[in-house]
Amino acid sequence: MTAVAVAGRRRRAFSLAKLAVLIAFVVIFLIPIYVLLVTSFKPLTEADPGQAWNLPQTWTFEAWRVAWEKLAPGLWNSVLLAVPGSILSCALGSMNGYVLSKWRFPGADVLFTLFLFGMFIPYQGVMIPLVQLLVGLNELTGMQGVWYGGIPGLVLAHVVYGIPISTLIFRNYYVTIPDELIEASRVDGAGMLRTYWSVVLPVSGPAIAVVIIWQFTSLWNDFLFAVFLTGPQSWPATVMLNNIAGAQATPYSQQMAAAILASIPTMLIYVLLGRFFMRGLMAGALKG
Amino acid sequence: MRRVRAWLPGLLLVAPSIVAIGVFVYGMLGWNFQLAMTDKHDEVSEGEFVGLTNFIGIWDEARWHLSVNHAIMFTVVFVAGALVLGWFLAFLMEKGVRGEGTFRAIYLFPMAVSFVATGIVWRWLMNSGQDERAVGLNRMFDWLGLPQWQWFRDPDWGMAAMAIPAIWQMSGYVMALFLAGFRGVPEELREAARVDGCTEWGVYRHVVLPLLRPVTLSALIILGHISLKVFDLIVAVSGKQVITDVPAVFMWVAVFDSHDPAKGATIASYIVLSVAVFVIPYLIWSVRKERRP
Repeated sequence: MTAVAVAGRRRRAFSLAKLAVLIAFVVIFLIPIYVLLVTSFKPLTEADPGQAWNLPQTWTFEAWRVAWEKLAPGLWNSVLLAVPGSILSCALGSMNGYVLSKWRFPGADVLFTLFLFGMFIPYQGVMIPLVQLLVGLNELTGMQGVWYGGIPGLVLAHVVYGIPISTLIFRNYYVTIPDELIEASRVDGAGMLRTYWSVVLPVSGPAIAVVIIWQFTSLWNDFLFAVFLTGPQSWPATVMLNNIAGAQATPYSQQMAAAILASIPTMLIYVLLGRFFMRGLMAGALKG
Repeated sequence: MRRVRAWLPGLLLVAPSIVAIGVFVYGMLGWNFQLAMTDKHDEVSEGEFVGLTNFIGIWDEARWHLSVNHAIMFTVVFVAGALVLGWFLAFLMEKGVRGEGTFRAIYLFPMAVSFVATGIVWRWLMNSGQDERAVGLNRMFDWLGLPQWQWFRDPDWGMAAMAIPAIWQMSGYVMALFLAGFRGVPEELREAARVDGCTEWGVYRHVVLPLLRPVTLSALIILGHISLKVFDLIVAVSGKQVITDVPAVFMWVAVFDSHDPAKGATIASYIVLSVAVFVIPYLIWSVRKERRP
C-alpha cells in the first residue's frame, strides 16, 4: 500500500518536473518572438542598448509604417511568385504521383528514386548553369528581364525543383487509394485521364492542401534562388528584407517590423493549417 | 503490344517532368561539373578544358580552408545540438503531457519562418557589443552575472554560435520526427519487456531505442544536408564576412563579386559531392526497404 503510494507520488513529481522543463523550453523558444515584437513597437528615442529588453514606454507603429513602405513591393513580388508556383507544383505533382502509384510503367521505381535525388541536391550545384540557361531564354524569346531577372524565371525554377517533393507527397497519398477503385473504373471503359478526373482527383483534397502549403511556404521563404535569379524590380520579400536589414542606417525597430511583415503569411498558414504543414514535413523525411 | 498500350499513356503524362528533371537536375549538375573543369575565370573567355586543376588549386586558398573548417564546425554543432534537443523534447512528451498540442506548435513554429527573418533577430541577440554597448544576449547575461561573448565574431568558436539559431529553427522538426517514432513503438512490445522483468530504463534501452534507429538516420540525413549547404542564415546574420564564411557563401562571392564562373562551379561541385556521398546510399537504402514490406 505505502509502496504504491510512494511510486505514485514519485511518478507525479516526475511528470511535474517534465512539465517544468517543457515550459522552460517554451520560454527559450519564444525569446526571439518577444524581441521582434517589443523592438518593432519602440520609438527611436528608446533605441539605446540599456533599454534593449524593456517594453516600450510609448508604443508606436512608426517603424511598422516605414517597414511596410520599404517592403511592400517585395511582398507583392512574393505573392506573384508563391501563388502560381505552388499551384503549378501541385498540378505536376498530382499527375506524376498518380502515374507512379496507379498507372506504373517499367522502370517507374528507378525513375522515382532519380526524382527523389532532386530533392536533396544542394541547389548551388545547378545555379550557375541555371543562370546561363535563363539568360539564354531571355535572348531567345526577346524578353529581357523576364526569365533571368524576372518572376517567371524564378517560378519556373521553383516549379521544376519542386517536382520531387510534390510527386513524393502525392504518390504516397495515392498508394492508399484501393486498386479496386481504379480497376472498376477501367472495367467501365474509362481511360487513364478519365479515371484520374472522376476517381482520383475528387479524393485528393488532403494531398493538395499539403503540397500547396508546403510549396507556398518554401517559395515564400526562399532566398537562394531569389538572390541568384532576380533583380531589383523582381526581388521577393526575403531579398528585400535582407537588404533593408543589411543597411547600417536601418534602425532595429524597422528591421524587426520588416521581419515580422515578411513572415506573416507563412505564420498565418502555420497557425491555421498546421496539421497539413506537419504532413508535408513528415513527407520530407521520406516517411509518407 | 497490348501491355505497351497499357503503360504508354502513363509514361507520356510523366514525360514533361522526366524531361524537366533530366535537364534541370542531372543536365545542370553535369554542366556545372564540366564548367568546373575549364579555365573560364571571367565572364567573356570561352574556357578551355583543364581537368581537375581547379579542384586541386582551390586548396591553396586560405579562404577555402577557412570556409571548409567553418562548415565542419557548424555541421557538428548544429547536427548534434538539434538531434539531442529534438530527441530530449520528444522524450519528455512521449507519454503524453497536458497541452501537448500547444508545446508541439510552439517548438515547431520556427520552421514556418525564413532564415532571413529569424537571422535578423539572432544578429541582434548575438550582437558582440559588450558592457554598456551590449544589446541582446550579452545585455541579458550581464544582468544575470554570466560572462559575455563575442558570439559569431569569435575567431575560434564563432561557427558554434552560428549553429544556435539553426538549432532553434530545426530542433522542433527533429522532435516531431522522434515523437512519431516513439508513438510507432507498439505498446505490446514494451509490456512484454516489462513482464520479462525489464525496468523502465531497460525497456527504453533495449526495446524503444533500437526501433528509433531509422528515425535517427532520417533526421541525421536531413540535418546534415541542410547544414552542408547552409547559406541564408549566414548571410542574414553576418553577411559576406570572411569570419563566418562557408562554401555556399564563398561560391556566391566567387560568382557575383569575383566574376569567376569556373571557381564558383568548383565550389558548387564540392558542395554537391559532400551531400551526395551520404544521400545517395540513403536513398537507395530507403527505396529498397520500401519494396520489401
